[in-house]
This record gives sequence, structure tokens and C-alpha cells, in this order.
Amino acid sequence: MTARVGVITFPGSLDDLDAARAVTRAGGEPVPLWHGDSDLRGVDAVVLPGGFSYGDYLRCGAIARFAPVMRELVPAARAGLPVLGICNGFQILCEAHLLPGALTRNAGLRFIDRDVRLRIETTATPWTRGFAPGQEITVVLKSGEGAYMADAGTLAALEAGGQIVARYAGGNPNGSASDIAGVCSDAGNVVGLMPHPEHAIDPLTGPGRDGLGFFTSALQAMVTG
Amino acid sequence: MSPVDTVARAAGTPDQPQPHAELGLTDAEYVRIRDLLGRRPTDAELAIYSVMWSEHCSYKSSKVHLRQFAEKAPAAPALLAGIGNNAGVVDIGQGYAVTFKIESHNHPSYVEPFQGAATGVGGIVRDILAMGARPVAVMDALRFGAADAPDTRRVLPGVVGGISFYGNCLGLPNIGGELAFDACYGGNPLVNALCVGVMRHEDLKFAAARGTGNAVILLGSGTGPDGIGGASVLASATFGGGDSAKRPSVQVGDPFMEKLLIECCLELFAAGLVAGIQDLGAAGVSCATAELAAGGGAGMRIQLDAVPLRDPSLGPAEILMSESQERMMAIVEPGHIDRFLAICARWDVPATVIGEVTDGGRLQMTWHGERVVDIVPGSAADDGPVYHRPAARPADQDELAARDPAALPRPAAGGELRATLLALLGSPGLADKSWVTEQYDRHVRGDTVLAMPQDAGAIRVDEGTHLGVALSTDGNGRYGRLDPYAGAQLALAEAYRNVAAAGAVPLAVTNCLNFGSPEDPAVMWQFTEAVRGLADACATLGVPVTGGNVSFYNQTGAVNIHPTPVVGVLGVHQDVRRRLTIGFAADGDRILLLGRTGAEFGGSAWAHEMHGHLGGRPPTVDLEAERALAAVLTSAAAAGLLSAAHDLSEGGLAIALAESCLAGGRGCQVTLPGDPFTLLFSESAARAIVAVRPASEAAFAALADSHGVPAAALGTTGGTALDISASPDPSAAFTIPLSELAGAHRATLPALFS
Repeated sequence: MTARVGVITFPGSLDDLDAARAVTRAGGEPVPLWHGDSDLRGVDAVVLPGGFSYGDYLRCGAIARFAPVMRELVPAARAGLPVLGICNGFQILCEAHLLPGALTRNAGLRFIDRDVRLRIETTATPWTRGFAPGQEITVVLKSGEGAYMADAGTLAALEAGGQIVARYAGGNPNGSASDIAGVCSDAGNVVGLMPHPEHAIDPLTGPGRDGLGFFTSALQAMVTG
Repeated sequence: MSPVDTVARAAGTPDQPQPHAELGLTDAEYVRIRDLLGRRPTDAELAIYSVMWSEHCSYKSSKVHLRQFAEKAPAAPALLAGIGNNAGVVDIGQGYAVTFKIESHNHPSYVEPFQGAATGVGGIVRDILAMGARPVAVMDALRFGAADAPDTRRVLPGVVGGISFYGNCLGLPNIGGELAFDACYGGNPLVNALCVGVMRHEDLKFAAARGTGNAVILLGSGTGPDGIGGASVLASATFGGGDSAKRPSVQVGDPFMEKLLIECCLELFAAGLVAGIQDLGAAGVSCATAELAAGGGAGMRIQLDAVPLRDPSLGPAEILMSESQERMMAIVEPGHIDRFLAICARWDVPATVIGEVTDGGRLQMTWHGERVVDIVPGSAADDGPVYHRPAARPADQDELAARDPAALPRPAAGGELRATLLALLGSPGLADKSWVTEQYDRHVRGDTVLAMPQDAGAIRVDEGTHLGVALSTDGNGRYGRLDPYAGAQLALAEAYRNVAAAGAVPLAVTNCLNFGSPEDPAVMWQFTEAVRGLADACATLGVPVTGGNVSFYNQTGAVNIHPTPVVGVLGVHQDVRRRLTIGFAADGDRILLLGRTGAEFGGSAWAHEMHGHLGGRPPTVDLEAERALAAVLTSAAAAGLLSAAHDLSEGGLAIALAESCLAGGRGCQVTLPGDPFTLLFSESAARAIVAVRPASEAAFAALADSHGVPAAALGTTGGTALDISASPDPSAAFTIPLSELAGAHRATLPALFS
């Protein structure tokens, strides 16, 4: 049975197409989810894609968290549904309090589109279990508000709880605290990642195939449970 | 509140003075409007004519010359829609059509760089959308004043930030463009934005209102006072509205609304609910109504008071002139209106019925029941003034040509050549552009196959068949200043060559003609020469002009910019997996120089950067050589013979070799087969370097030979340095480690603008 992975489209979502392509390339079935529908259509996992939901007005992700689909997603995520938020999706998950911390403007205050090295810090999430601990991969960073911030207590708790999913390995591009590129919920099923793994699934259009690992990990997790 | 100026009132008050001059209309043009109408125009009508007959909308100074693009156009069965539409449309096979166009937003980008450049992107994207296509990528050709001029530090970061803000939020990959600096653009930057879109043949839409009783629907943002240059003049002169606020003359963009508008329109197209569509750009509602009605040979009745407003104080003339962004106008059959509005609601896009198509052949508008406009739409859209402006060869043209760069001191010894290469590689116009291009999302939509710093940008159109398109924009104002006829041809030749160097077959052309004041006969001569040159070259190369844009009145103080035609060429990749990249990709590949090199330094980067010199002749144009070179490059790409290819242009072979080394992270050993300085820095056209895979050398040699393209062996790829020697002159040898090349190349723009 093919695992069904929902990809939510909010007004202003941009990388929904790319997330769906990555799901397909990983062997899953992408299922489009609409922000205005209070329905997850029975999917096995959900991706919140990158983009500028609601034009980033008010604050990145601040309006999207109130979308009807989020009323379904939040309890499902708390009940263990694998959820991956990429870039704007990460911002939405933080605004929805499914993940700790916040994303703020890049150091340097400019948008950055660049290939970045990441070190996978934990494989104890459904989205990273296919990687080796400490494995370094190359994916695409493209964001203007990608600097991960949290108070010292939260950062210490994230470190202690193994909730740091990935760090920038080749220099900190945006001023993120502790070089953090991605974090997860304490249960591990909800992952937020600032760089874009879905843009590193094919050397023809990106820096390589390293990003596919997030999607194959999740699909494998669903099959084996 | 003054009474509204109705048609009846205008007929009864023939002698009421009107501010036509303040609105940019000449006395003769005003008289012509009165003759056309048989009375004085109302304020609203005057607003329509003033914007529709502006240089920007009517092409009144350029029209008589632009006809050559159609008259001289080569037979082009691939052309599905040509000049005169919102954008040209080209058949690329497999049932796909591609539409692309480049347009200027120069003046707004000087006044307010961030919003000026942002709305430049927004405007060209709506042009592409209006053809029925999904916009898939953008490019930007940017020219600024001297890089170290204080105002450039205001304008450049603002322009780049605006493009980044708007394009990124819109979800369109930015796949290339240009960045150039010259003092002539100091008070007048050039911001030319290109967009490309893809559709199926049957999805093609035209801007035509047909079908009596069909609804006219305005969708997108509300109408505000933005972009109204002249209406406040009109208001104060006619209405005596003393408290009228100062209007912002530059529009403000909302890319989020534009993203919704794109998705909404594409869904409306797919549902078959759109009978005609037009974007609202310059001249807003005036232009959309007049062009749709004229395009369909129909009439139209509009209730101007039904237009949703962001500022309720706007009157009819201001609504007609507003350039508020993110708006489209659609023609919809009555039976489709409900479904149309439902789709708009699903996308949170406001949409309002503001009128209907009529069979009367007149464009009529009311304001709260009173008629304020009653004109023949074609009189505003098509029958504007046409000027044959006087043209005269500039007095200094001969003197400029006589200022021969051959007299300039040249580097000869290895150390001098080395220093010259590093200086050019780090000069602002040739330096690494990552500081700019990293601010653009080039990955979104996942189909970007080539982007900066490659010779061309390329987009995959079909994931299953690997069909794709490549695009390059090029222009060189210095060449244009030395010889506008040749300069325009060289711009075309370079874009054509870049597309071929990426492995794509060149197919069609768009252009953005940036010039000074058309009222200056010297500028008019430059313009006529450039248009003639471009039209002739397009005919020779067999690539039709599909559309474009003219921007006049580009000047810093009283000094006109260099004549700067920017040419965009679109090419087709049958298989994007066979695309060529500039970086040396493997060790031990043979590097060849294709084409002939002469001592051509007029307008060169070397003369400009090292000597502040502009004079002599630009490089010789040889279009047959360009065609042969392109045939070799595209055939070699399709056959998989090459591991790299890079066009030679500004800075010549020296810059091309350095860029290929840096892009591939790999050095090379090159032995120059002739005068080292000339071979390294000449800008002779119709040249490229290629790296040939070891097993393919014989096949490539035969291919080049069959097309009569000279191919000189230069050396091999590999190592960690750019290593140059010269067979006749050992003292000219030099070596530059990659790390030193990278340092020189990458430090410049961050140091200037961070």
C-alpha cells in the first residue's frame, strides 16, 4: 500500500508543487490539502510547504495558523501524526505552538538562496530515521526570515531532549541560534526545517538527491510503523 | 465638491480651459481630441487620452520604426501570436506554447527603487498571465551608475530588494539577467524585467471584448491613488480641490495578491469561463477598457462608480488614470458569471462586474448615472498621434570613432597580463554577482535547470519528455554608443550565442529599447539605427521579434544614456538533461577556442575599466559566423560531446576562462596561439570556449569543421590554478591560483553594497 502524504496549500504557498513532487519521487502518493477545508482526508503524514502564506503579513505564519485545516492538524499532530514544516511551514508550526521557538529575519537582513551543508543531529524522528547520525547532506536554503531563535532555557531543553534535528555545518548563513536548521517536537513526530529538502531531490534541478532522505524516511516509517 | 464634468456639460461649456499641457498633451494633440469628439473632452475623457496617447502607451515616436520588426521578420511558423499582443507566443512543440516579454520600469525605479523594481516584475508577470499562460520564471537586466557613486548605493540595494521581495513572494524563479554599471545610468538606472510563461496551444487568450451583453469584470486589488501622475494636476486645475493630498507617483506592489490573481486566473481559464482578458498596467482602467473594446471591435458600457476603491475620494478621472497594481479585467458570458465569481471567492480575490460589452462601437462610462465618457475606443487605443521625429547623426559620432583604442598602452609581460585579468575579473560589471542573485529564489517550482551564473537560464517545461526552454538577455551600451546599428546586432548576437552555449536552439526574440529623449535628433538617430540593425539581424538569423517595449526619456540631467537595446532570446531544449554549463566539470578535457579573434577593443571592458576610454569601433558583426557557431554548440550539446561551454563577451577569453575555472572549481593549463594580450582581452564576437570530453575530440573536430567554425586547441582542464602560457612569447606566461581568482571575483560587490 502506498503511503498518502498530505501537502497543504495556503494562500501564498509556493513550494507545494515541489513538496508533492518529492513525495512522488520518494514513492509516496501526494494528497493536496486545502487551507479552507477542515479535513485531512485520512492521510498518513502531512507536509506544510514553503512560501509566503498570506504574504507574510503581520508575521510569517501568524495568519496561516488560524486556517480551518490547522484545527484538524494540531490535534492530529499532538496524537502522533508525522508532520514536516519546511521554511514557511516551519514558521507556521512555531506560530501554532507545535514547535518551540521562532524564526526571525536573517542576520544581514537579506533573503538568501544558497546551497547549504546540514548535519543530521537526530535520527529519532520519522523524517530523519533513514539518515546516519551525524550524516552531512547538502540542501537548498532560501528564506528571508530563517534565523531560528529561542530563549536560553528552551535551547538547553532542545539540546538535552535531542530535539535539534539538523544544524548548519558549513558556517551559519542566517544567524540561527546554535546553528539550528531544524527542530522537532518532544515526541519527535513534528519536524520543522528551515532549508528545503524538496529542492534537493534531483541533480538536474538542485544540488543533488540528499533531500529525498526526509521523504523516504517518513514513507518507510509509515510502512514499518 | 465640484459637479462632475459630464458629456452634456462638456458640450455646453466648449470654452472651459483644460489642463492638457499639465497632463502631457501638446496643443496639437488637444486640438485633435476636440476634433475627434466634435466637442471638448470631459475631464474623464481627457484623462483617458492623456494616458493612452502618452509615449509609454502609444509608442507615438517609435511606431513608424518598429514596423520593421514585422516587415523584415523571417518566416516563422512557430509564431502563434506576435507584436501587438500583451506578449508574443511561440510554439515549442509537443503542443506547448511559450510566451515571453521584457519591459522597462526605469523611471519608477529611480524615484523609489524598491517599489519601482517590485512593480516592474508584477507588471510583466500580468502581461504573461493575460495571454493565458502560467508564468514560470523571471529575469532582470539591470544597469546602474558608477558602482562607487553614492546614489548607486541607494538605488541598487533598493532595486534588488524590490525584485527579491516581489518575485520571491510570487513564487517565480529568477533565472538570470544582467548587472552592469556605467556613469551614464547614474541618474537613470535601467530596470528591465522579463517574464516567461507556458501554456498548451489551445489555452491562448486574446485581449478582445466580444459578445454583446457579456460582463466586464474587474478582479484583484482595489483601485487607489497610486501611480496617478497627472490626475492631481487635473484635480487641482479643474476641481479646485485645495486639500487634495499629494499622490504617490510610484505604485506600491502587493505580491501576495498577485500570487492569488495568478492561481485564480489559471483556474478561471481552465474552467473555460474567460472570453477575453487584459491586465491593468500603465493607464489602468483606461487602457484595459479601450484596448479590450477596440480589440474586439465592440463597444462597452462601464459604471465607473462600481469600481472598488481603496480611497473613496477618487473621482472618475483619477480612477481612469490609477495604476494600482494586481488588477485584471475579464470579459465573461452572463451564464458564467456566478461560477466566475465563486472561483474568485475561493482564492479570496475580489471581483466586481463593472459593465458590459455593447454593439454600439462606443466606449461609454457613467458616474452615478451621469455619462462622463463617450468615445470610439479605437481613437484612444489605436489612433493616437504618430510622429516622424527628426533624426540626425550626433555631431560627435565621427570624433568618437576616431578615438582608436589601439593607441592605449597595453600590458605585455606575464605580470602585467595577470594584474589586468585580476582587475577586470574584480571590476563591478564582471565581478561575481552572488550578492545580487542570492537574494532571488531560483529554485521554486522545481524546474530550474540553469540559472545564474550560467550563460542562460533554463526551465524544464515537461518532466516526462524533458522538453525545456532557455533564455538570455544581453545588451552593451558602450557598443551602442559607438555604433547603434552594430550595437543592437551585437546585443542580439550575444543573447543568441548564450542560448546556444547552454545547448538550446534559438527560436525567438523580445527587446527592451532604452534610449534618451526622442525629441533630441541625435537620440532619434540612435534609435532608428538600433531598430534597423536589430530588425536586419533578426531577419538574417531567422529569429522573429515577438514583442517588446520602448523606453524613452532616459537621461541623467541633460545627458542621455548610451543607446541601450536589451535583447532577450528564447531557445528550445529538446532534452534539458543535455544542457551545457560553463564550469569545467572534469579533469583532462580538451579546451578549444571557437571562432576568430581580431584586435577588437572599441567599447571593450578593458578600455573602459583600465583606461576609462570609450572610442573606436565596436566588434565586427558576423551573423553567419554566429549562426554557424550556434549550430556547432547545439549539435555538440545534443550529441553529448562537451563537458562545458561558455560564451565569450565582455572581458574576452580571459574572463571566460576564469569564470569556467571558478564555476567548476577546477583549473586549466592554456597555451595561447598568438598575441597574448589580443587573445586574452579582445571582444571579437561569434566566439566561445568549449571543454570536449576525451573520447569526443574527433567527432567534435569534424562537427566544427563541417560548419566552418575555427577551433583552436588551447589546453586542458585540471589543477588548482589558471595557468596561461604563450607559445611565441614565454615572458607572457602567468599563473593565478583558484583561491586568488575567487578572492578577486567575489569580494567586489559585498564590499560595495553590504
